[in-house]
Amino acid sequence: MTRTTFLPAFHISVVSGRFAVRQALAQLLDGLKPLALDVEEAGTVELVMAEALNNIVEHAYPETDTAGHINITCAHQSDGLHLTVVDSGRAMPDGQTPIGTAADVDVDLCDMPEGGFGWFLIKDLAKDVTYQRQEAQNQLRLRLAVALS
Amino acid sequence: MDLRSRSEDSLQVVSVHDSRIDAAVAIEFKEAMRSATDNGNDTVVLDLSEVQFIDSSGLGAIVAAMKQMGQSRKLALAGLTPTVEKVFRLTRMDSVFPVFPTLDGALTELKS
Repeated sequence: MTRTTFLPAFHISVVSGRFAVRQALAQLLDGLKPLALDVEEAGTVELVMAEALNNIVEHAYPETDTAGHINITCAHQSDGLHLTVVDSGRAMPDGQTPIGTAADVDVDLCDMPEGGFGWFLIKDLAKDVTYQRQEAQNQLRLRLAVALS
Repeated sequence: MDLRSRSEDSLQVVSVHDSRIDAAVAIEFKEAMRSATDNGNDTVVLDLSEVQFIDSSGLGAIVAAMKQMGQSRKLALAGLTPTVEKVFRLTRMDSVFPVFPTLDGALTELKS
């Protein structure tokens, strides 16, 4: 399928909190409706962004009483969706994103990992993941190779 | 978190009547699974056919549910929708749980 037009860039803003991620994802998928993504592509978008946003709610804004803003920009280009996520919470430890290696599941039941899958999923499914700390803000950029021309 | 449990011969079937198991409800899900499976059958089939989305927190909660059931019991998963299946496949958790495409298939297989 050849695309001749791109979806205009759009912005989403939510306030961090328990249901912030659901809210942001619903708005994002709603904004992407004109692209008619298939279930596979839509799943990739929802999963990567859920993990990126969960990290912000959990680690950048850990105190629920000081909930801050999360701003998302989504731009559609020929090589996919370019997503930028900005928050004003705590910086990423060591100033970079975790490496995101796959958790080892060939272990005994009691040692089976219950976490540590988030960054693996982001780095497995997204391209060009970059993180910058600037003017007390975290800026995460990534590209999802969906809705290609 | 709406979980419904019923017995099918020697099996226990726990059906999730929610469309998401995500970070917002992961702890609630784990606790609901504890109440549903405590002192239950050896084999529990978790029916995920209504669940459209799961994130890594939801995945962790299912792993926790299996761990809290103990070594001697089995947690099987049935009815994985595409995005749920993707999460289990990418994290290789589909090698940790017995996974069945449909609940009927799981029941037929596990009863024999």
